[in-house]
Amino acid sequence: MLKTIAHRVAILCFIAFSLFPLFWLLKVSVTPNDLLYSEGVRLWPSRVTLDHFSFVLANSEFPRFFGNSLIVSGTTAVCTTILAALMGYALSRFRFRGKLWLAGLLLVTQMFPLVMLVAPIFKILAPLGLTNSLAGLIVVYTAFNVPFASFLMQGFFDGIPPDLEEAAMIDGADRFTAFRQIILPLGLPGIAATLGFVFTAAWSEMIFALMLISGNDKATFPVGLLSFVSKFSVDYGQMMAAGVLALIPACLFFLMIQRYLVQGMTAGAVKG
Amino acid sequence: MATMEIRSARKTYGTLCVLEDINLSIGDGEFIVLVGPSGCGKSTLLRMIAGLEEISAGEIRIEDRVVNDLPPKARDIAMVFQSYALYPHMNVADNMSYSLRLRKADKPTIADKVRDASAKLGLGALLERKPKALSGGQRQRVAMGRAIVRQPKAFLFDEPLSNLDARLREQMRAEIRKLHRALGATSIYVTHDQVEAMTLADRIVAMHGGHIQQVGTPLELYDRPANLFVAGFIGSPGMNFVEGAVELGTFVMRDGTRLPLPEGMPETLGGATLGIRPEHVTLGEGLAAEVELVEPTGHGIILHLRLAGAVFRVLTTDRRWLTPGDQVQVGLPAGALHLFDESEQRVAPAPHPQQ
Repeated sequence: MLKTIAHRVAILCFIAFSLFPLFWLLKVSVTPNDLLYSEGVRLWPSRVTLDHFSFVLANSEFPRFFGNSLIVSGTTAVCTTILAALMGYALSRFRFRGKLWLAGLLLVTQMFPLVMLVAPIFKILAPLGLTNSLAGLIVVYTAFNVPFASFLMQGFFDGIPPDLEEAAMIDGADRFTAFRQIILPLGLPGIAATLGFVFTAAWSEMIFALMLISGNDKATFPVGLLSFVSKFSVDYGQMMAAGVLALIPACLFFLMIQRYLVQGMTAGAVKG
Repeated sequence: MATMEIRSARKTYGTLCVLEDINLSIGDGEFIVLVGPSGCGKSTLLRMIAGLEEISAGEIRIEDRVVNDLPPKARDIAMVFQSYALYPHMNVADNMSYSLRLRKADKPTIADKVRDASAKLGLGALLERKPKALSGGQRQRVAMGRAIVRQPKAFLFDEPLSNLDARLREQMRAEIRKLHRALGATSIYVTHDQVEAMTLADRIVAMHGGHIQQVGTPLELYDRPANLFVAGFIGSPGMNFVEGAVELGTFVMRDGTRLPLPEGMPETLGGATLGIRPEHVTLGEGLAAEVELVEPTGHGIILHLRLAGAVFRVLTTDRRWLTPGDQVQVGLPAGALHLFDESEQRVAPAPHPQQ
């Protein structure tokens, strides 16, 4: 009993700790500018306003950043997940020469700090006309996310008994049909998790977006946020309002997929 | 329904050879059981027939067609997996009809066949259920239903009953036998359970270490095991073995105990093993032994005796009161003895055991 209580309290502390910045974001976004510095540190302002939100939506370039981010993150998530599903399946089911080396190589790609790679990536993309374009960002994000996403998908496929697709193949399916009709539906939780993971990773990526994109036309939202920082002042209210708005798609996305994240669909497939 | 022919089949993984020189002909409608301890290659052989494992050398024919390079779907066989391998996202009806739908059968045909199969297996009321809402026995039936629904050339069973509890296993065993009699389809059944092998098979293929040890009817394997492995594997409790040598028509045990052998056995044989089944040992006149353990089975008693330095099991329906430490005399009827030479092969064809 005491153990459960301690356990719960610990979890509560952790949740409070991790959610507090989000709360602060919300708090500042609804604080009128004149109260921001005058009221000192308090948990909730004496007067709230939605002015920052309406300004951000109507008078800033934020909607464009938002749209760009949506395109980049969405496309990256879809491309990465398709590639990772195929790759993960191969890693999970097939024996082939050099598999260990391939897996090792995938891991090695994850070892370098992104900053190191910015210059070479720029050098590669520039002659291809992929700098300052959303397509370029999508290519780079996909390339960087595929290795980890493949491992993620491999883990999910490993959890699906190979008997199932063997049964399908004996029933008359070829391997790809078995993959499509049996394994993919059962892998939905994994696919959803991968989609979500890659989407959020791309959504919040900053370094490449900053380096590869110049000008507000193609800027994604994290880069756009910097436009609220001017030479002489930072418009915290608007910046935070934009931040709150940017949280919405990520939250929606997770609401949509959380059903799959917690659901164990393979239950009952094999001996229960 | 089909005949099958396996010629010099081999399976290697790199340098590791798991199956060597497998030769087997299977008649139309025959029920063949592959039996052996785990790791003997029986499941691999089944999977090679199914097309789930490549054949490293040799050939497998189904109805005079070499299927070595055919994918599973082109071999027209059905398989029941140990894990049942039901598709969790489909209900029972969809699980059973998946193969028909892949073959683009029309809807009325599918409905008919699913109805037939589910009636045969008593699954009529469960067609809408998902696998996770079924009990182990029901899942097993659905797996069988999925196999019979499309009337394949042959059925393959990969230890289909080993996840069931003992009573259900007994019941399903009888049902499989009945089903086979009703459908008459060629069947290959893999198990490590020699009781299943004995009760189900038309012919048993006993396997060990990647080799076929003996092929024959259940009683042939029981009465005339070809070697020490088959003798020890078939039958429960297992056959008793005593090591020794044959001198002047007499078996001499390690401790010097002598036992006359029946006519027709060799006169001399260095390094021999004598075998006798626990149910053929008689209590009464004979060699002195000491009771070490008494296991009542209800139907009878299994006695563990120490005889000539070796553990000896005796199965008797005689309900006499024995306790560990008691001295008994056991008789080893000459007609029930099996003799194996140094290379563990059966030497003389022993006459049929006494009833």
